[in-house]
Amino acid sequence: MNEALEILFTASFWVAAIRIASPLIFATMGELICERAGVLNLGIEGIMVAGAFTGWFTVYMGGDLWTGVLVAALTGAMFGLLHGFLTVPLGLSQHVTGIGITLLASSLTYFTYRILLPEVSSPPKIEPFQPFAVPVLSDIPVLGPTLFNQTPLTYLAYFTVAAVAFVFYRTPVGVAVRAVGENPSAVEAQGISVTAVRIGAVMVGSALMAIGGAFLTMSAFNSFFFEMINGRGWIAIALVVFGSWRPGKALIGAILFAAFDAYQVRLQQITGGVIPYQIFLMMPFVLSIVALVVVARRATYPKALMIPYQKGER
Amino acid sequence: MRLEPRPASSVAASILWPAGAILATVVFSSLLVMIAGASPLTVFWLVLKGAAGSQFAALETLTRATPLIFTGLAVAVAFRAKLWNIGAEAQLYLGAVMTVVIGTGAVTLPSAGLIPLIMIAAMLTGALALLGPAVLKTKFGVDEVVTTLLLNFIVLLFVSMLLEGPLKDPTGLGWPQSKRVIADAQLPRLIKGKRLHFGFILAIISAIVVWVIMKKTTLGYEMRAVGHNAEAARFAGIPVNRVIVKTALLSGGLAALAGFSEVAGLKGNLTLDLSPGYGYTGIVVAMLAMLNPLGVIAAAIFVAGIFVGADAMSRSANVPSYIAEVMVATSLLTMVAAIMLMRYRVRWR
Amino acid sequence: MDANNGQEAEAVLRLTGITKRFGPLVANDAISLSLKRGEVVALLGENGAGKTTLMNILFGHYTADEGDIEVFGKTLPPGDPHAALAAGIGMVHQHFTLADQMTVLENIVLGTQPLWSFNLGKGAAREKIRRLAADYGLEVDPDRMITELSVGERQRVEILKALYREARILILDEPTAVLTPMETEALFATLAKLVAAGLSVIFISHKLGEVQSVSDRVVVLRGGKLAGERKTADATRRELAELMVGGQLPVNEIGPSSPRECLFELKGISTRSLGGAALRQVSMQLRGGEITGLAGISGNGQAALAALISGTLEPVEGEIIVHGEKVERWSPGAALERGLGRIPEDRHATGMIGDMSVAENVISEAYRSSRFSRFGFLDWKAAATFANDIIKAYDVKCPSPDARVRLLSGGNMQKLILGRALDGDPDIILASQPTRGLDVGAVAYVHARLIEARDRGAAVLLISEDLDEIQTLSDRILVIHRGQLSRPSLRGELSVMELGELMAGHGHDEGASHAA
Repeated sequence: MNEALEILFTASFWVAAIRIASPLIFATMGELICERAGVLNLGIEGIMVAGAFTGWFTVYMGGDLWTGVLVAALTGAMFGLLHGFLTVPLGLSQHVTGIGITLLASSLTYFTYRILLPEVSSPPKIEPFQPFAVPVLSDIPVLGPTLFNQTPLTYLAYFTVAAVAFVFYRTPVGVAVRAVGENPSAVEAQGISVTAVRIGAVMVGSALMAIGGAFLTMSAFNSFFFEMINGRGWIAIALVVFGSWRPGKALIGAILFAAFDAYQVRLQQITGGVIPYQIFLMMPFVLSIVALVVVARRATYPKALMIPYQKGER
Repeated sequence: MRLEPRPASSVAASILWPAGAILATVVFSSLLVMIAGASPLTVFWLVLKGAAGSQFAALETLTRATPLIFTGLAVAVAFRAKLWNIGAEAQLYLGAVMTVVIGTGAVTLPSAGLIPLIMIAAMLTGALALLGPAVLKTKFGVDEVVTTLLLNFIVLLFVSMLLEGPLKDPTGLGWPQSKRVIADAQLPRLIKGKRLHFGFILAIISAIVVWVIMKKTTLGYEMRAVGHNAEAARFAGIPVNRVIVKTALLSGGLAALAGFSEVAGLKGNLTLDLSPGYGYTGIVVAMLAMLNPLGVIAAAIFVAGIFVGADAMSRSANVPSYIAEVMVATSLLTMVAAIMLMRYRVRWR
Repeated sequence: MDANNGQEAEAVLRLTGITKRFGPLVANDAISLSLKRGEVVALLGENGAGKTTLMNILFGHYTADEGDIEVFGKTLPPGDPHAALAAGIGMVHQHFTLADQMTVLENIVLGTQPLWSFNLGKGAAREKIRRLAADYGLEVDPDRMITELSVGERQRVEILKALYREARILILDEPTAVLTPMETEALFATLAKLVAAGLSVIFISHKLGEVQSVSDRVVVLRGGKLAGERKTADATRRELAELMVGGQLPVNEIGPSSPRECLFELKGISTRSLGGAALRQVSMQLRGGEITGLAGISGNGQAALAALISGTLEPVEGEIIVHGEKVERWSPGAALERGLGRIPEDRHATGMIGDMSVAENVISEAYRSSRFSRFGFLDWKAAATFANDIIKAYDVKCPSPDARVRLLSGGNMQKLILGRALDGDPDIILASQPTRGLDVGAVAYVHARLIEARDRGAAVLLISEDLDEIQTLSDRILVIHRGQLSRPSLRGELSVMELGELMAGHGHDEGASHAA
């Protein structure tokens, strides 16, 4: 029992938690941006697969790591553009289109993988992002070694949260995005194109989702596997609800979730096979559902979420 | 750009747009085929031949269509009532689990009693799997999309646990697989020596039954009313929450039949690769059928044909069989767009 | 209001030959009109006359098929709201275009700066809003959330949005529909100040009285065409009415009431909120043979009361007594069982299912009865017969019982709802905003049916934000304010201003003295 508690006080545990949280932070912020603009993006799971692959493959072909991140982001943005085009001006069901995007993005990725790497039995490895201790900050007791001895992509994740919060509440474009998710006609009446804002938000959000996928192949691991996203996209959607569509709360949700995930892996090791390992693997998914139930009642979601908008309509 | 409802359904639009959707899918996959370094004409010919070019191919396509009809019906029923059941995969596996639990010797009855018993038990299991998300939706307002998606992962892990634990076949050389169902629990083959089994007939019957329910009964009426406008349905006195729960039970039950039919009709036992995503593909099938239960049969055969044909094609041409998944996903997106454009006209000004 | 700029004042806005078609429907047919500096032009016309379409074209939401628009001598590029705003046109829509979960300031600055900037410039914006508010009598706190504001305050925000952008031409679409008589006065005072400052105003309305008190000139639209143009000072009310309707106004005769016993009663009912105010300890009685009118400003609990009586909202406390019997479990089904006929406020969202057919819609309240189904199977023939009966009896214009309801006009949809609700002659009838958005003919028709029901002994509750309608039809008037009811007053007992006072919440407690 003590052993189970001691885990919580080891630095390596928290380092792992932050590492597990990083891709979720990207994905959650990405989904949050889409939903704040009124568009549910169920393409997230597939977009993460695509981002994981393109980022990794760029580096495998000799590209710079950051070029890989950029390529992943562009991949995500392209799928975001498709999702945005189908759901915003065409007004298709966001549920069905999102599932379609996930199916398309993942199958296209697997197809491309087979074409580009036809003969490999195990996927080739790349040299991933390395942890980098931020001077000064990493010397802060307790927090320093966990938060500031990570890979640069994790730092980018922190920055993303701050940037999303800043843009939402402090800049004109953020106000426009929030307004378009609340009442699109308010935006239209002020001379801003609802379609442009929504598609733009979905593209940016999808780019972040793809970077979240790329984190797995370029920072957490060093290779691309099928099924490696393994439901992280769906969990991100639950985290957005859990975070009440607010960047800060969503960040806390992602870290709590990741801590739990890291904990169950360690608990699994110390319980030594008494409990089937599947029980532990199930926990993140069960936890997500529980979190949804807890917050669902008092969640105030963006009013125009999932409601298509037609110009001149009030 | 804006959309305007067409005053009357236009015959031209309802032919041209779906045709355009198919064309777009074909053009896009041709591009991919060319990128893969093959000739689209050859590849499509091979796919067609592999799907329907021989008796073997055609039977194989129908065999593959069987679970897709069930999951397609499950999704069509649920989506009609705007219950976004993305969890047909989980319900399928639970139906399969129940088939194995009862069918491997726990109950011995003659075929005529055992098979209906297993079917009912499997349907109940699948129904219960969707009951949870339906109740969470109606009581707590939790979005069922996320819960059913997450349940897919939970159930798959649960099945994995069962296959390494209580349901493990002791003679299975350590593989995570169940024992085989006993002879009386097996669905007969339709043609001796071929794989096509009685599950296909059950699927067709199910489609007809679902069609009757949707068109002729008060339940079907309620489901459509709730799906089109839940607020108006509630105002009119339709018990919306109860309808959603009934829809969930029907949908979950249908998806579970896919698992039952795969185990009892085709595979004989339960493994973790029983379904290569039939639950998700069911969404495509249902959408291609425009949620029409009879259309589901045709859509399922079409999609199954692509998969079976692509498998055959990839053995002879150098194009990965994932082209089938790409084509199916693309046809989903182009078809939902086409359906929208059949009903609405685009005005650019 | 006196613009006093004479004939030679420049035209700030000129619409020439504007035509707009929606399929076979011609919404605007070669309409021309001009607006001078410092002038208030009223655009008069009944629902469906094409006023809103015309303004949507002016504002760039729609593009005209023919014709062009000149603002300050320059042609306005079509279909571009941004260009309209930049040219100095400000529009206050009938349904406010505000994002509720955001502050007043955020709503106002939205779109006034380049999107890609790192600064919202809140300080300067706050200053400017305060100054404009003080200058024109539009007080509102820039840092409050829209959700916290009253309807009148929200309208002020809408006007501030336009002024903040230095609008020179202000278009107000039915601005008084949601205001109390006092708030209307305040709005007119604001308009006077704006005109004095050199702005020009287009005031869209279908109410003759306010058109006469606020405008310099009246432009009347009818059936998408320009029906006439008059100087307000020279036009009589009757003349304007005839231009608007194209003949005599249809008038319903309403005889004296013969009240009977109480058929429906609420005792100490409280509810949760449905967006607007929640009901607090509401008691009321509806008597047979009477139309009870519920007046009030939008958002004061009408939605909750209507939902409560419809059965879609359950009370948290209090009793519902129907035909003298206390109801234990209240629901839409329970209401229907007890013979309530209900006409909902929102035809599209609540009344009808647009994607289903006429037949499917008219049976929605009775599909489980033996009339339409047996052993769970529906009798589609009976449904079609019933639909045809309603189509005939209520003169519904629709191709067949199989037609999708979405394609019907608002008036025809409302007739279907009437037919469904009044089937079987219910003796308790809830009519919530039953004439909103209908043209004069349809309004008269709905009124006639309600009077007919009252005359055969039904208890009718009429909820309306249109005080004229309440005063014309009601035998007894209740006023709702912040979820509480005034004492009832009889027909003609209170003046418009007195009712207005009650609507604004003044003297709500002294209401007792009125109900002698």
